[in-house]
Amino acid sequence: MFELSILWPAFLNGLTTGAVYALIALGLTLIYGVLHIINFAHGAALMMALYGVYYLQKSLGLDPYVSLLVMVPAMFAAGYLAYRYVIGVASHGRDENILLVTLGVAIVLENLALFLFKSDTRTIDTAYTFTTIPIGTAMIALPKIVAFFGAAAAAAILLLIMRATDLGRAIRACARERQGARLVGIDVEHVFAMSFGIGLGCLGAAACFLLPAYYVNPGVGNGFVLIAFTIVVLGGMGSFAGALVGGLLIGVVESLGGLWLGESLGQIGIFLIFIAVLLFRPQGLFGARA
Amino acid sequence: MFGIAVALLPAVSSSGVVLNTAIMMLYTALLGLAWNILAGFGGQFSFGHAVFFGTGAYAAAVLQAKLGWNAWATLPAALALGAAVGAFIGALSFRYGLRGSYFALVTLAFAELFRILANNVDFTGAGVGIMVKLDAGAENFQFSTKAGYLYVVLAFVLAALLVCWWLKNSRYGAWLQAVRDNEDSAKAVGVNVFRVKLGAIALSGALMAAGGVFYAQYFQYVDPGLAYGPGVSIEALLGPIIGGLGTLWGPVLGAVLLQLLGEGTRGLFENAPGLSLMVYGALLVLMVTFMPSGVLGAFRRR
Amino acid sequence: MMLQAEKLSVRFGGLAAVDEVSLAVPAGKIVALIGPNGAGKTTVFNLISGFIRPDQGRVLFDGRDITGISPHEACRLGMARTFQIVQPFGAQSVRENIAVGAHLRHRSRAEALRAAEAVAQRVGLAAQLGKLAANLTVAGRKRLELARALATQPKLLLLDEVLAGLNPREIDEVLPVIRGIRDGGVTVLMVEHVLRAVMNLSDEAWVLSNGRLIAHGTPREVTSDPAVVEAYLGQGTAARMKATYA
Repeated sequence: MFELSILWPAFLNGLTTGAVYALIALGLTLIYGVLHIINFAHGAALMMALYGVYYLQKSLGLDPYVSLLVMVPAMFAAGYLAYRYVIGVASHGRDENILLVTLGVAIVLENLALFLFKSDTRTIDTAYTFTTIPIGTAMIALPKIVAFFGAAAAAAILLLIMRATDLGRAIRACARERQGARLVGIDVEHVFAMSFGIGLGCLGAAACFLLPAYYVNPGVGNGFVLIAFTIVVLGGMGSFAGALVGGLLIGVVESLGGLWLGESLGQIGIFLIFIAVLLFRPQGLFGARA
Repeated sequence: MFGIAVALLPAVSSSGVVLNTAIMMLYTALLGLAWNILAGFGGQFSFGHAVFFGTGAYAAAVLQAKLGWNAWATLPAALALGAAVGAFIGALSFRYGLRGSYFALVTLAFAELFRILANNVDFTGAGVGIMVKLDAGAENFQFSTKAGYLYVVLAFVLAALLVCWWLKNSRYGAWLQAVRDNEDSAKAVGVNVFRVKLGAIALSGALMAAGGVFYAQYFQYVDPGLAYGPGVSIEALLGPIIGGLGTLWGPVLGAVLLQLLGEGTRGLFENAPGLSLMVYGALLVLMVTFMPSGVLGAFRRR
Repeated sequence: MMLQAEKLSVRFGGLAAVDEVSLAVPAGKIVALIGPNGAGKTTVFNLISGFIRPDQGRVLFDGRDITGISPHEACRLGMARTFQIVQPFGAQSVRENIAVGAHLRHRSRAEALRAAEAVAQRVGLAAQLGKLAANLTVAGRKRLELARALATQPKLLLLDEVLAGLNPREIDEVLPVIRGIRDGGVTVLMVEHVLRAVMNLSDEAWVLSNGRLIAHGTPREVTSDPAVVEAYLGQGTAARMKATYA
């Protein structure tokens, strides 16, 4: 239907967007896999991180990629504290309660942003915002390419942490068997808070990669929440490989969908996939049958 | 009794502000009552109830604007459509055993789906939305004074309260609450869980659509974000959670408290954008933490 | 025959949880299904009552093939069951809990509530009708399970370890209730570990081990069967039972 010259750039753009989606989804799937919390505040947290990157550039002149050094630890800390003092306390372990608590936090964050930053959409300008690099016949924006590799690197680091460090082992233990982990002396609440922090840390990184090629306003989070959920469900709740593959897949679907149906209608593809997966294959591509 | 008290209100005060507050309280209560049927009585938490609301609102707007229907006539159509959408989503979700968080997510996805569709289809006015032409007159479901709207929304709320009362005192309601409390046990005592849940979501959808119709007539404008956006979905669930899930008066109490809180913050902080919603969000977190059964639930018999 | 299972089998993953189980329950009798933990007794119940679909085999209830029927249909036809791990409607009162069962046969709320009170009377819960189910003791909850199932006016009652967790005095209080149910015309199939109940109550017993039936007969016959002693009772218990029930 479309010639390669149109499909190829759309495909590549989809991949680069997808990589950032994947990073966002990695945080979400970690949080779900370990804490069994469906974090409705994930999108709002990303939005706050984007504002963070924005203001770091506006007021301190920090390049977004340099801001990584600030944002990731900051988001990590925020996540740790949020879990320790708000979410962990409030949820009492009941499924619906956790849902509502994270929803409540999302509402608070969104409207806090609205109150502090007003509703205007903002973007940042950097020296390389408009630089493009040719790949084959396509001209891809440099920020997007950096985003792709950045997201991949962040994902690799995350996987390394999970596989090779004591923390990672503790996290996996708590995810499998909460009581058992307690019995062998693991401070489960601390580990949960660390996991939540890492999940949000991923958002911090994602924000740094995202903003140069995107924008921010208080409502941005909503759009990302459902996309992130779609990826996590598609890939399989709790599966890292799933989040990566799912992210790339969804990025490409969105991009190609946009080609065929136009920018806004193209998003429909994502929701249809989401509903279909929930109904027909709720364990996703890589998940275990619940 | 409650109905009489509220109905007397316009006689006491012809202040537009007071009446508007009362109308908004009742309107929010209506949304909450509808949501409560599925969540409080049925145990299925929907995060995308806007999907039914928007259907009702668009039904009212489109049927009048594009097909020249009489405003009142759109009400039964909206109810039917709301129920139908409910049955559709319910049939899919419950057939495949979606519960808890997954069900909440699916409803959210459907709401977004409808929003995108409404945004891109000429029939619904696309992004521009649809205006309900101003044509004051009771026969057009439009009133020159607020009092008229108050009576209508009051009637809707009374009808919803009656439905909820029926749920508390009927066989179907007993079955529904059994499903909420333990599906397997319910099955074991002869309850057709699928059909019961389906009925609940259809009922909830229909009442929510009624709320949509009222919205269209009161504000006279509908667009995809207002109709299917997360705002309405959240508005619907706040009241019952605060006032008391699964109780008769919980959604009403919650709606009243929320409106008062909203007025209060507006008074204190001079209409700062997003502030009242922020307070609502914080309140949601606090309620779920400390009073998960809501205000009324905390006073339930022990 | 009130109930007949013919070569029921089901596999979970690679494991045959129930392997060609055929049993029959005569109308108006109390029949016990016993065996070690993990033998598959609850799975057999799930297969009979429609909670699980068998891979092979048939279930005939009152002459009618109900294999693969849904649980609520089975209940409507007259088969009620209780759960090993009690599952009350916690947020509701004892009366309301039982009424849910009664509603199967009564449309009116008032009638269902009245019927619930009558059933509560029969099982000895009359004093707790207004209590919240979540606040009952284990013994109370077990009776509630029983009452709720009874309220559906079953022809066949499947009791899954209804005596588990009860102390001897509580057991003594429940035994006559079960007998009374049988005397009222209801057939009872019970999974039990409390051998005293099995010996005193049941007319017949089937023994299940590792998904297979290994014995069938009167309680006395079955408890002196060497295969049963080997798989389930152990020599000590067998000797004691011989002495007590000789």
